[in-house]
Amino acid sequence: MEMQDDRTLNRIHTRSDSTSLQNPGLMEEECPRAVKPEKPVKRPLFKSTRRRRMLQSGVFGLFRAAAALNAAALVIIVGFLVVNGWRAINWTFLTQAPTDSMTKGGIMPCIMGTIMLSVGAMVVAFPWGIASAVYLHEYARPGAGLRIIRLGIGNLAGVPSVVFGLFGLAFFVTWCKMGVSVVSGILTLGVLILPVIIGTAEEALRAVPATYREASLALGATKWQTIYRVVLPAAFPTMLTGSILGISRAAGETAAIMFTAAVFFTRHLPTSPLDPVMALPYHIYVLATAGTNIEATRPLQYGSAVVLITLVFGMNMIAIYYRAKMRKVRR
Amino acid sequence: MAVSRQMRERLIRRFFLVTASSSILVLAMILLFLFTEGAPIFRMVSVKGFLFGSEWYPTSSPPDFGIFPLLIASIAVTLLSGVIAVPLGVMTAAFLSEIASAGVREIVKPVVELLAALPSVVIGFFGMVIVAPFLQDHFDMSTGLNLFNASLMLAFMSIPTICSISEDAIFSVPRDLREASLALGATQWETIFRVVLPASLSGISTAVILGMSRAIGETMVVLMVAGGAALIPGSIFDPVRPMPASIAAEMAEAPFGGAHYHALFAIGVVLFLFTMAFNLVADHIAVKHKQVGAATL
Repeated sequence: MEMQDDRTLNRIHTRSDSTSLQNPGLMEEECPRAVKPEKPVKRPLFKSTRRRRMLQSGVFGLFRAAAALNAAALVIIVGFLVVNGWRAINWTFLTQAPTDSMTKGGIMPCIMGTIMLSVGAMVVAFPWGIASAVYLHEYARPGAGLRIIRLGIGNLAGVPSVVFGLFGLAFFVTWCKMGVSVVSGILTLGVLILPVIIGTAEEALRAVPATYREASLALGATKWQTIYRVVLPAAFPTMLTGSILGISRAAGETAAIMFTAAVFFTRHLPTSPLDPVMALPYHIYVLATAGTNIEATRPLQYGSAVVLITLVFGMNMIAIYYRAKMRKVRR
Repeated sequence: MAVSRQMRERLIRRFFLVTASSSILVLAMILLFLFTEGAPIFRMVSVKGFLFGSEWYPTSSPPDFGIFPLLIASIAVTLLSGVIAVPLGVMTAAFLSEIASAGVREIVKPVVELLAALPSVVIGFFGMVIVAPFLQDHFDMSTGLNLFNASLMLAFMSIPTICSISEDAIFSVPRDLREASLALGATQWETIFRVVLPASLSGISTAVILGMSRAIGETMVVLMVAGGAALIPGSIFDPVRPMPASIAAEMAEAPFGGAHYHALFAIGVVLFLFTMAFNLVADHIAVKHKQVGAATL
């Protein structure tokens, strides 16, 4: 309402100004007519500025609550697990193999297995992802071809992990006759994290200023020389951040390794790439749902979950911190 | 010399093209292997009987392979998680890009990223050992492992996806639009609601679809938390068995190369087609309604 009044007043003012110059006598008559309320403009939702402000603070409060709820969810999940699990973690837990049909002992083989699988997946996906990103960002020209490739990568990113598991089972385990093994798991996980690597590598390439390339090309270097000697070295640190995220993604993945690499129990660490392994996420799942004594092994389950979270969050924190630092340097 | 240099450049270019295209090859191979392993089941049941049959008893004799209960369970879990995750995700995104101060953003953004990084098995474990007993004790349910619990856990898995893509969309709304709206006397909230959100609607829709796609394919959470009963749910507090849970739970006991094995692969095909459709729609929206600048709105 206030605003409306302001506007009407303004109009009177300008009008009287213009009329006063031409015909001062009419002024008195014009004014009252203009003040007469026009048909009120329909304001569908809000009447007064105060109500509008109140609505705004109400809605913003809701927004804040939504953001806070996310933070709360993270704190609650991690908090509960840590509170229940930290007592289970000690040196024996981290360095010994499970004993007494999985009801006692440690989780060392699972930690080793998870590290093997995720680092292996990274080794597979890193060069492949970077080469793809180089093509997408440095070579490809806009058009149908590029569109299809991007669509393919987007779809690959959207494939559910259990479907990757099925694919790994049908292709690597059965068709390639690799069996349920480290190498099958590594390849399945490698394909799974490929879109992550491509995405971060492309972002890294995008952050390299065009002037670098132009300077190199102007000096007579070919495109490949420019990419190899100038662009890649400049983008490499950021690409490494992406690779850390890829490792952490692979480390937490369960459904993709269930049929391809992980087993509930092996007596030994794998001695060849064709041996199956134990892995942390699968270990948690099996202990929690099908272990020999689900209630009695709760501390072990909590402990394993805490170790897994620590691994994954540790890697993510490094990546987040590193990326923030890189961005600051660039500015 | 010059020629060979050019040749080399061309070869290198081709090498990169092949590498980049290989992700399509992988996608094609996933499709191929899922189909070849899944197809034999359709010698036993018709496609219609498979999709709409309401009996899933793969191990009884004679076995029944009707995945309708699993399909409904997947859709129900996804929709309910969407009801929770979409408002929360979009509101958090709006908060981050429109309201939060730089300092608050520096804290909330990593929190959302960490939420995305939580392994699904950990969320499933949390839902199983903490949320389920809580629901059971405080809300008088027969079991805490049910559709509602699974949806709640899934929601917190898809919020980060929805939030980060929406945030990008909201962030890319041109500044002039906001300023024009504020200059006309709109409050900040009116500007967000009437100008910024409509302008970023295509991006937000993409975000929602991709979030849903993540939820429908998520395995560990529904495997551990949804309860596992292959029945059409009567209420949101009934235990269910969504498609990914069925695959993950039964693959270990399905005899290799048997009908059950093929049926699980056929479920994989259905799941794959679902997520692929989601992704194609999201891509279509993103391309069709590309936000470029104020002029295109």
